[in-house]
Amino acid sequence: MNIPKNLFYTKDHEWARIEGKSVYVGITDYAQGSLGDITFIDLPKVKDALKQSEYCATVESVKAASEVYAPFSGVVSLVNSELLAHPELVNQSPYELGYFFVMEISNETEKTNLMDAVAYEKYVQGLAK
Amino acid sequence: MDLKTTPLIDEHRCLNAKLASFGGWLMPIQYEGILAEHAHTRQGVSVFDICHMGEFLLEGEAVSSGLDRIVTQNISSMPVGSCRYGFMLNEQAGIIDDLVVYRLKDNNWMLVVNAATTAADEVHLKKHLSVDSRFENVSDKTAKLDVQGPLSLEALKDIFGEGLSKLGYYTFSDFVFEKECCIISRTGYTGELGFEVYLPSQLVVKLWELLLRDPRVKPAGLGCRDTLRLEMGYPLYGQDIDTAHTPLAAGLERFVDFSKDFIGKAVLLEEKKRGPKERLVCFKAASRRSPRHGFGIYSGSSSVGTVASGSFSPSLSVGIGMGYVRTDLGIGVELLVKDGSTEIPVTIVKKPFYSKTSA
Repeated sequence: MNIPKNLFYTKDHEWARIEGKSVYVGITDYAQGSLGDITFIDLPKVKDALKQSEYCATVESVKAASEVYAPFSGVVSLVNSELLAHPELVNQSPYELGYFFVMEISNETEKTNLMDAVAYEKYVQGLAK
Repeated sequence: MDLKTTPLIDEHRCLNAKLASFGGWLMPIQYEGILAEHAHTRQGVSVFDICHMGEFLLEGEAVSSGLDRIVTQNISSMPVGSCRYGFMLNEQAGIIDDLVVYRLKDNNWMLVVNAATTAADEVHLKKHLSVDSRFENVSDKTAKLDVQGPLSLEALKDIFGEGLSKLGYYTFSDFVFEKECCIISRTGYTGELGFEVYLPSQLVVKLWELLLRDPRVKPAGLGCRDTLRLEMGYPLYGQDIDTAHTPLAAGLERFVDFSKDFIGKAVLLEEKKRGPKERLVCFKAASRRSPRHGFGIYSGSSSVGTVASGSFSPSLSVGIGMGYVRTDLGIGVELLVKDGSTEIPVTIVKKPFYSKTSA
């Protein structure tokens, strides 16, 4: 399972990549693997103001629908509209082409509520038991 | 509750299948992925482990054994070597199970029933069969593999011989595998050319391995079995049909023979006269968003039903589903499937959703 070192993770299997004031958001390799073939993604809108842990997107696989929660508080600045026609990008490239959206954050210290790669790996291993 | 496993459980684990509970069994939901397995079944040939389903053997004359009265299909008129789909109903005409009856000899029958209902079916049958009929539940010693897809005949011919090409739709014959007798019928649950193979349990690993040695054949799980059958509009027991619904409401009247007597007939005739209050319809979303089991169905702001089955259609790339709605809502009517803030506009369509020309 791929868990990149430079990202932050939530217990709901979202990842966040901090680039200055911008944060890229998506779901983890573990999440896409558990969901199976992803068939539909409902993204937030640009300018949506989100709070940390707030519902912000839906991802559907053949078998089920799951909710996605914001890893930081902030305002959505860009959505990956490529996913609307090609949701399989999340399966193929969960950390790159399959990102969900970008948000501008105001409070980077919220990352203390998130896990780093080492902690997330441990967390996922705990789920498998 | 401990889940039951089929003789193929180790093979599924070796293939890294995702396993989940289904009808009291731990079954493979997918191997490579539902979309890939679905496409492979539509274009090539897949093998499904269906050992969880129940098989009963029955010896007795069609009518005097009581069997003819227990099922809705007319079994007296079935030629030996043919099989027929139908239902077991309760006195209220609710569906206890859907099943396929195989006429093995003049007075010998095999009944193939759903996994989750096998135990209850056995009780129901024993209650209504005459004392001089002989009933045996052979589910544990009988394995079942479904081999489905346009290349299924070619793949199976290599193992069972040319005789297989003579099988017409809904007929079966005896074949030999490892010196043991097995039954192969030209039946299935996918809408593709396909066969169902019944063989002694101890031989199923061997046949599974032999089939998968053929580069054309891939394993497929219950995940794509569900999307394949839903694209054809085939009902799934426990979801689309159950004791709360009759064959009339489910739009499956053609599998009921009113020219003979059967349990539930009086209620069904009454319903036929008055017309059912609701009917199982197929609907298609305009988007990739999928209706799901249990979501509400609305016409404008009024609730008209609940989604029975719903999924993404891999062949059509849109959401599809079935559900019971008021009978005045016919083909072409636009409805709204809702769950919380999720709203999916759908249109009632004719079944099947998928045919060779629609993809």
